[in-house]
Parts: sequence; structure tokens; C-alpha cells
Amino acid sequence: MYHSLHEAIRDAEARGVTLATVALEIESRDHGRTIDEIREVLGRALAVMRHSVEHGLTGDLRSNSGLVGGDAAKLRTGPAGPLAGTVFRDVLMRALAVQEVNAAMGVIVAAPTAGGAGVLPAVLLGIAKQQNFTDDQLISALATAGLIGAVVAHRASLSGAEGGCQAETGAAAGMAAGAATEMLGGTPSQAGHAVALAQQGTLGLVCDPLGGLVELPCVFRNATASAIALAAIEMAMAGITFAIPADEVIDTMGEIGREMDVRYRETAGGGLAATPTGRRLAKERLVQIKRV
Amino acid sequence: MVSILDIIGPVMVGPSSSHTAGACRLGLIARDLVAGTPESALIELHGSFARTGEGHGTDKAIVGGLLGFRPDDERLRDALTIMEKEGLDFRFEKTTLGDEPDVHPNSVRITVKRQHREHVMLGASLGAGRIKVSQIDGYPVEVDGSHHTIAMVAEDVKGSIARITGILSDDGVNIATLRLTRKHRGGDAFIVIEVDEQPADRVRDDLRALSWVRWTHRIDKVGG
Repeated sequence: MYHSLHEAIRDAEARGVTLATVALEIESRDHGRTIDEIREVLGRALAVMRHSVEHGLTGDLRSNSGLVGGDAAKLRTGPAGPLAGTVFRDVLMRALAVQEVNAAMGVIVAAPTAGGAGVLPAVLLGIAKQQNFTDDQLISALATAGLIGAVVAHRASLSGAEGGCQAETGAAAGMAAGAATEMLGGTPSQAGHAVALAQQGTLGLVCDPLGGLVELPCVFRNATASAIALAAIEMAMAGITFAIPADEVIDTMGEIGREMDVRYRETAGGGLAATPTGRRLAKERLVQIKRV
Repeated sequence: MVSILDIIGPVMVGPSSSHTAGACRLGLIARDLVAGTPESALIELHGSFARTGEGHGTDKAIVGGLLGFRPDDERLRDALTIMEKEGLDFRFEKTTLGDEPDVHPNSVRITVKRQHREHVMLGASLGAGRIKVSQIDGYPVEVDGSHHTIAMVAEDVKGSIARITGILSDDGVNIATLRLTRKHRGGDAFIVIEVDEQPADRVRDDLRALSWVRWTHRIDKVGG
């Protein structure tokens, strides 16, 4: 697989093809599967993503600890805000839905991780619903997202324990932004700018879940990371470029992650987890889990 | 080598790829050591597995793995209830297995018993659902569950590898990787063979029948 987005974008543009095409070709070469086989596996992932969104929107899920659940349904049926009826609200709703399913031990696609699993389905399926994209187009978008994620895994990290939330929901925002930009007809370069625009907005984001559980703030971070992805897509599609190349933004994320204190890397030792309320809730809820 | 299918996946029961999906895979490997659902098991949780495991369903995931459920099986949620219903004697303990960096923070030691067999393994969940089993029955191994694997301890005799690979090729099993280590000349050789096809029972039995093979386990692919 590619080690930089720069090389992938260069190869795709030289041949006038998409990032999805070069990603599928390299995947096929590296792992000895045909492109049809890879697309089939991605198609199954797409089906699970769709199902997890639908499951989450029913609103009858509670997490193990009871800390999260039911909020996706509020966006579906609750009072209108300034974004009512827009793709933006649809995307936020879907991101919460998938993460509520995850927290309740439902089935999700860890893309790139379970903790960041809401962003990609929310952004892609939210946009696809508005613009009637086909499954084939969505599967290509997943290939593009996989390419971006593979580059992030190589250059930085996709683990909150290693790099904070910037490596989970931040990376997911970059993957979703690049993939959706290409699905919407953006060039490989525009997709690269979308990755950079999304990830610059999540640099430094810490991983500070209450009690170390993938619940709070993780569920909401998936919604806000999706919002950042949408902002990046809108800017990239308008032709806005980001002066620092995506690879260097990703490298920066890795550097910040390596410097990040261990309290901010999934250990519940700092951030929101260490606030008075965070500590109290975690203590109460963990006792409750033990009783169940 | 990173695959886009590792990034867009795995399909799994939440909430944590390391504490749930990885934990389930470790349970599946322990199950393989006794070739079926153990009658009893001691599950010793270390580090982050011990601290936040309950909230992440790590206990349910390991038990689910021991019951043969895979990481995407929704029965993982009810694994503890199923275990009780089946009358299985699985116990959890929180422990310290050593210091970092020697022992990964998400580590577990699982001792399993079934019929006359008893085995113990030490494994860790490395993140994103990836795992590593570093010890089986006290022998150092390196099994990541991404392939069907044969782990062996054999006396250091000439031609041993040729015999082993011969048995595999006679059965149409293709070798993906083969690692051989030994502490000194003439000492025990530790062999881990990753293969593309699931080896038949008779392959394992033929390998066990070799007079200079002390110990053999066949471990099925649990991920990747």
C-alpha cells in the first residue's frame, strides 16, 4: 500500500483515474485478491455500516454503563435547530447512531477503529442519501477511505492509546473527508486537500474517556469529527486548498501523539475523565456494571 | 503490510477493537488449545484488561471466544449468561503478569481444561483487533491469529524441517511463513508455521507422531 498520499495522488492524476482505482489495484497486488473480491468484502462492510445506522436510530439502546444512548433518536425526532432538514443534521444523527450501537455491544465496522467507527458511515451514507449515490460509488469511497487510513497508520497511528483521539476520530474525519470529496466528483488533489483540511482541525485532540470506556465523550466526538469532515469537504469542493500537504499534516498528528502525555491517551488519567463529574460518573457507573 | 481491509474493518461487536474484538480472538485461540469448549478456565486479566475490562465487555468477549463465538457474533453480549446456563466453570482473576514493556498493558493468561487436557497461554491485544500470543504451555511462541498456524517444539535433529514440510505438502497445505528459533545447538527448536489452508486433523496427528516432536498445537485463523 502507499506510504504517502502524495504518491497516490500523483499516480492517480497521471493516469486520469480516481484514488479508489489506484487503492484497489495496489491492494490487489499486495494481497493477492482480485479487485472484485476486495469490492465484495467492502460491500459487506457497507451493509453492516448501513445496518448499524438503522439500529442506532431506533433509540432504544443503552450502553453497558448507561452513560450514553438514545441521543441519535433525539436528532431524528427532536425539535429543529438551524440545521434541521439538512445533510448536516442527517450526518450528525448517523454518527451518534453508530457509536451508540458500538457502546451497547452491537455490531459495527471498526473503520478505522471501534471508537471512531461513526464518522465514515455517517458522512458517506448521509451524503449518499441526499444525492442518491449507488452502492458501487460507496464501495469505491470505502476503498479511498481505506487508502487514506493506511497512510495514516503507516505515518502516524490509528490508536487512541498511542496518539489520542486525533488518531481515531481525527483520522476518521480525514478518511471520510477525502473519500466523500472524491465521491462527489472532486479530483484526487481535492481529496488530498480535504484530508488536510479535516485533520488540521483535529490536531491535538486528546483521548479522555470516562472510566476508560468507549462511551463519553467518544459518542459525541464522532458527531463533532463528522462536522469537521463536512466542513473540509465543503471547502475542498469549493476549490480551497490547504498549504501544508496532507502527508505533513498526518506526520504532525503523529508527532503530537508521541509527545502527548499518557494521561491523554485512553487511560482516563486526564481531560474530561479526570474532571470531578467525570470521576464521579465513572465510579458510579463501574459499580453498576459490576452489579449487572 | 497494511491492507485497506484492515482499515475498513473488522466487522465486530463493540465497543473496543482492543478490549472486545482482540479479547474474543484470544479466547478463540485458548479454545483451540483444547480443541473445543473448555470445561473449566482460569482467566487472569492484567493491566488495562483488569482495570477497564468489565466496562468494555472484555470478560464477555473472552468467554465468548472460549465458547467459539467470533468477534462479530452478537451472542458475545450474552456470553456470561450462556456460560452459566451451560454450567461451565470459568473464573476471572485480576493479576499482575509483569512490568511494562515486557508485558503489554492488555494482557491475559488463560488456563483451559477439557477432558484430560490442560493448557495455558499468555496473550495480548495490541490494538485495532490485532493480537499476539507470546507463550503456550511455557514455551515462547509468536502467534497473531492472522493465519492458520502450527506451533511446535521439537528436538534439534537434522532434517526435521524437511519432514515437517513434507507432511504439510503431502496434504496440500501451503506454507505462508515459517519461523524457527533455538536457544543453542542441540537444544529445543521452537517452530511456528503459518499456512494458507486449514490443516486437517491428520496433519496434526502425523506431526505429533514424530518421535522427536515434543509438543504440537494447531491454531485456527481467528482474524485478518
